[in-house]
Amino acid sequence: MLYRTAGQFKTSYRADQALFPVRQDAILLGIILVCAWVIFPLTASEFTFQTILIPVLIYSLAALGLNILTGYAGQLSLGTGAFMGVGAYACFKLVTIFPELNPILAILMSGVFSAAIGVVFGIPSLRIKGFYLAIATLAAQFFLVWLFEKWAWLYNYNTSGAIQVPNLDIFGLTVAGPLAASVTEYYIVLGIVTLLTLLCINLTRGNLGRMWKATRDMDIAAELIGINLLRVKLLAFAVSSYIVGVAGALFVFMWRGAAEPNLFDIPLSFQILFIAIIGGLGSILGNYLGAILIVGLPVVLNSVPELIGLEIKSATLEHINIMIVGALIIFFLIIEPHGLARLWGLIREKLLVWPFPH
Amino acid sequence: MDLLSNIFVTPFTDMVGAPDFFLQVVWEGLVSGVLYALIALGFVLIFRSSRIFNFAQGIMVVFAALTLVGLHEMGAPAWVAVALTLVVMFALAWTVERVVLRPLVGQPDIILFMATIGITLFLIGFGETIFGGENKQMITEELGIPTGDFVLEPFGGLLILQHIDVTAVAVAGLLVVSLLLFLNYTRMGRAVRALGDDHQAALSVGISLQTIWVLVWFIAGIIALVTGIAWGSRAGVSFALEIIAYKALPVLLIGGLESITGAIVGGLMIGVLEKLFEVYWGQPLMGGNTETWFAFVLALIVLMIRPQGLFGERIIERV
Repeated sequence: MLYRTAGQFKTSYRADQALFPVRQDAILLGIILVCAWVIFPLTASEFTFQTILIPVLIYSLAALGLNILTGYAGQLSLGTGAFMGVGAYACFKLVTIFPELNPILAILMSGVFSAAIGVVFGIPSLRIKGFYLAIATLAAQFFLVWLFEKWAWLYNYNTSGAIQVPNLDIFGLTVAGPLAASVTEYYIVLGIVTLLTLLCINLTRGNLGRMWKATRDMDIAAELIGINLLRVKLLAFAVSSYIVGVAGALFVFMWRGAAEPNLFDIPLSFQILFIAIIGGLGSILGNYLGAILIVGLPVVLNSVPELIGLEIKSATLEHINIMIVGALIIFFLIIEPHGLARLWGLIREKLLVWPFPH
Repeated sequence: MDLLSNIFVTPFTDMVGAPDFFLQVVWEGLVSGVLYALIALGFVLIFRSSRIFNFAQGIMVVFAALTLVGLHEMGAPAWVAVALTLVVMFALAWTVERVVLRPLVGQPDIILFMATIGITLFLIGFGETIFGGENKQMITEELGIPTGDFVLEPFGGLLILQHIDVTAVAVAGLLVVSLLLFLNYTRMGRAVRALGDDHQAALSVGISLQTIWVLVWFIAGIIALVTGIAWGSRAGVSFALEIIAYKALPVLLIGGLESITGAIVGGLMIGVLEKLFEVYWGQPLMGGNTETWFAFVLALIVLMIRPQGLFGERIIERV
């Protein structure tokens, strides 16, 4: 009913290939963007910014990066957390070595470093496939986190071994560090996320994206039709690690404010992987849905006992949360193994033909 | 020059100079290698019969140990606790098959892999909710495991072998032998192997997929319990042990995902080499704690040379 496409005629190939062949999709996205850019910042409280809005955006960006690699190019990665760490540490070194550098520029540049390291750890993918490849990214995961801990130059030799975000400003407006306002941080994160998402949508629709998908579906066949696997796979690692690195820099600079090496340990990698898989591998929308679920769930679960008047110790509550998250992951995999994005796709199909069944 | 000699000369002269210490390091490595091999073994069994990359194997170790200790704390005598834990592991195997695996049959590998990560999280949360998250002592003495040590004096030096470790190695050996006997000489065991060779052929001769899966997960649970007792008596029982869950992955990949021999060889190899690297190269040159990543880097190097692992089935790809 809401999604009736009657009367929307395509009169050229261009129109047929457009980003939104169905007008309602564009309107829906418009509404979401208006909410994100105008309504949320005006209405949200400090608590909402810090526990939901900013983390959801950052986690979806990281999942988007992982999705490029795993969902589009078909290379399983378990080292996302470490690459986020590379982004964060690179950004920290950039702003401490060049204090005059524009912080947003520093964040965008820090992705370059993680892209370079991603390419190095991506080289084995040319020879090792499937689950065996997971070991290459796991090696990256454990080695890099160890390096963050042992290489004192990375955290400027301070005694705590952690990195602390200094106050940074652009034209007098504090954008990062303890003094920054949540709204400012939110807008910066939102801006970067919007930009990179737009980039990814177009990348995956274009030539490169098609080569990635061909490689994912069967890499030998892809090679036979003339795709240069070396270039395509390494590009996937580079683009993916760039996005993940930027997400890592945002993670520390716009949200956490400080970071220890073990923050980037394997649980973070798995959390991102959950988001990508529950959201849907090989979809852009899925990352956002997955992030909303995975970030929002603990917040909701934490507030439930209070609402129904139960008193549970916080440690026990945390354990129960882990248990419920685990069970929900299995539940969502069973009801829709292809993720929430596919679920939305099915609903949309139904709406398009409503009230008829086909 | 100094650096080169530190890397290529000093460690070896140290080894020759103090052979008793070298043997001690190798022994320690061997013991943890046996435990890695056991975890990998449970994994290989599941992978062969169902092509599921079971990430939860390492957590099952901790969960089994925690259940054992928890039940004992609740008042069950040691051996009753062991029996009850076995019942719990069987219930777990049955539940996993019924609730998780059956609806997901035939899905892509990565989905099943994610499901086992879901199981992992569930077990962590479940175990901690019921038995508490703090570190617990393994009930070594109550189980009648000797706790003294042998002192040997090779080369006029000193070599200490803990009784616990010796027992662990012996029990592990026994477990492997009985597993091989089971797989080669019993009806059920052969059914497991048949399923590993070819699913459809096995189904067509009347082997029940569901029964075998429950069985395999239960065997993996038994192995987990043994590993848990051995590891727990060295390091205490808590989910901080989950690091060994990750360690099992390089072990498997070095050995090859399908091979029992591979799991054992891979486990011992990684156990010994990572200890040697840590003691002779890691601590003096790199600030220590290299054990966190050494196994993975080693596995990566091995896989670059043999992409299917040392004993894995050759990967043949056709378009």
